[in-house]
Amino acid sequence: MRSDPLRDPVRFVDERTGAAPFLRKALRYAFPDHWSFLLGEVALYAFVVLVATGIYLTFFFEPSTGQIVYHGPYAPLRGVQMSEAYRSVLDLSTTVKSGLLIRQTHHWAADVFVAAIVIHLLRIFFTGAFRKPRELTYVIGVTLLFTALLEGYLGYSIVDDLLSGMGLAIGNGVALSAPVVGGALGRLLWDGPFPGGPAFEPRMFIAHVLLLPVLLATLIGAHLTLVAARHHTQFRRDARTTERRVVGIPSFPGQAPRSLGLLALVAALLFALGGLVQINPIWLWGPFEPWLGTNGAQPDWYLGWLIGALRLMPGFDVTIGSYTLIPNPFWGGVLFPTVVLVVLLAFPWIERRRSGDRATHNLLDRPRDAPGRTAFGLALLSWVVLIFFAGSADRMTVFFGWNYVTQIWVYRVLVWVVPVVVFFGARRVCRDLRDAERIERVAEATARAPEPGPGGA
Amino acid sequence: MRPRELFVALLAIVGLARRRRRRRERPARVVPPGAPSPRAELAVLALLLVAALCGAGFVVAYFVHPNTQVLGAALAGALAAIGAALVVTAQHLVVTEEVEEDYPTPNPEEQEAVAQIVAESGSRLTRKRLLGAAAGLAGGALGAALIAPAVSFGPLFDSSSMYATPWRRGRRLVDVDGNPLRAEAIDFASFYTAFPEGADRESIAAAVVVVRLPPATLRLPPGREGWAPQGILAYSKICTHAGCAIALYRTPKFAPTQPGPALVCPCHYSTFDPARGAAVEFGPAGRPLPQLPLTIDAAGELRAAGNFSGPVGPAWPGVRSHPAS
Repeated sequence: MRSDPLRDPVRFVDERTGAAPFLRKALRYAFPDHWSFLLGEVALYAFVVLVATGIYLTFFFEPSTGQIVYHGPYAPLRGVQMSEAYRSVLDLSTTVKSGLLIRQTHHWAADVFVAAIVIHLLRIFFTGAFRKPRELTYVIGVTLLFTALLEGYLGYSIVDDLLSGMGLAIGNGVALSAPVVGGALGRLLWDGPFPGGPAFEPRMFIAHVLLLPVLLATLIGAHLTLVAARHHTQFRRDARTTERRVVGIPSFPGQAPRSLGLLALVAALLFALGGLVQINPIWLWGPFEPWLGTNGAQPDWYLGWLIGALRLMPGFDVTIGSYTLIPNPFWGGVLFPTVVLVVLLAFPWIERRRSGDRATHNLLDRPRDAPGRTAFGLALLSWVVLIFFAGSADRMTVFFGWNYVTQIWVYRVLVWVVPVVVFFGARRVCRDLRDAERIERVAEATARAPEPGPGGA
Repeated sequence: MRPRELFVALLAIVGLARRRRRRRERPARVVPPGAPSPRAELAVLALLLVAALCGAGFVVAYFVHPNTQVLGAALAGALAAIGAALVVTAQHLVVTEEVEEDYPTPNPEEQEAVAQIVAESGSRLTRKRLLGAAAGLAGGALGAALIAPAVSFGPLFDSSSMYATPWRRGRRLVDVDGNPLRAEAIDFASFYTAFPEGADRESIAAAVVVVRLPPATLRLPPGREGWAPQGILAYSKICTHAGCAIALYRTPKFAPTQPGPALVCPCHYSTFDPARGAAVEFGPAGRPLPQLPLTIDAAGELRAAGNFSGPVGPAWPGVRSHPAS
């Protein structure tokens, strides 16, 4: 028998694993075609870049707060006392060839990763893709988003530059504010009072490079497995796309080069950003000391909503006599994100209870098809986005000279008014659009219908 | 050639041809055929060459001139060219067919079988609730045993470390270089960071901000008479909201002089009034900054006259707002 470079390996694999039927199905798996279905893939590929660049960085990073005096090539910091963690990132950024490129690409990839997840979530939400039978896929996705936020926060915190130290101080303040257990929680996580014991830095490191990445990878695996198990949703396009049949491009040869091309383009974008657009220049911030702070400190974009929430709260602690019950950071730092998380997680079941719709849905809604959902989603989004913008009020003061206190008072009112207005406005618009379509359809049908003749058709 | 021989020869030829054809016969195509596109192939070829050039450029730059911008551009160029080549391939060099599949449906019979297997497997048990409770107890105890070592992570039950401060009566205030702060050197309209002489500065209870206000403008809480000699005040530098350093001092240097001087945290803009014992004027902080009583010694240097008026840093549930020890 002549050897065949294609059939031989396939035979080899199938005889030993029985995978041929599965492979055949996998190659012809139908991907419904719509640009918005690529958003999740962008997140996936940003994660691939994060893992690749992150592994490289671990070979240079020293997770230690042991103090040394800097004698390296960066003149402005010579003679300054700093932690070994900060010094190792400084060296990585100044003396290691391609070190700065990989570090900046890693940072940009984190920002793009979270952004892609958020936009993907919006697509899923407003098209009703979370409905039965995909609630679990959705719940895992929301969990992924919040895990990614924590992972990103730890990522910029382990560097031990001034900004990351300020971020950790706030994180400590938020942890301490948890009702009942706050003080114990803070001491437990930080190995003592802030800035923490020597075990704290290695702890953050192992969480950032092992625990959370493994959790993220596991969640991504479960997410994708569930997507494949229930197949992609699709928009109603023609008579062939129904609740029972999916129409799409097969994974091979149609989808594979598209998807790999997207991987290459996402990686290209991230390396272009990492090489050409400076991000987190830690040598300018300097090492962290608890008594140092810098004006106009802004975290990575995906924590802006939490900064905003912390800043908007009026100044009060809940106290009984001289005992504090609930410190202030609890409201913006714990309660607010928890409310958003719980509402997002519970939404498939909330909607189900309100609509009584227990059917399986493989066809996507357009936002107008579900006015209640769209209105609620936009209201929630406007609430979070306004709080996000409130977090940048100090920048507005710097750029435009707007009074900070006035801005905060305006936001304190807007965050409760705007979502209500958005809810009713969006619902109105959706209903009008839907009704207008219905009228058009009826008009078309009437125009097309033949005039009934005197003797019948 | 005789007709019979001719017939046999023809048969042989046809048979051979048929056999040859049979050998060439393949099962029907799965992937539909498409027309070749030499232009697209040329484009892919060019893009792959660009990718190779950029890749090689990265290697050369890495060894010759490892400039971050050049390296990033080269790597991005290679990846972008490969991405573009793949997109051209997808659009023009493989067929874009559409396949249809049935969406998966539930399996009621299997569901029933699963439930039945589980239900029937437990039918020999007669005291299910009792056994369940015992299993829960065992599981809970084991869980507690497995979680207990986490207490080693930190001083879970000991909050005394969070009240500890390095300040004592008589301790000198020194600046970041360790030089004593002299009262006469403290200006109006500026602020200074000071530490307890010889103490660990990593503790959040170490750093204080020192400001000077006209004594007549001070409205300190009762019991703090004499805490601000010559109008010099010291407050903990750590914000009572979320623990950032108070790094901003708002101080009007010319009219209008309202709003008056304020210590401001750059993280969430908690604003404290130094003239009124650092009471919260604006922003999310729930407590004033703890004040450190000062005294001026015979040499004109600033010393602590006691300890802070309350616990330093962000609050936690149960924190007592009594004077620090």
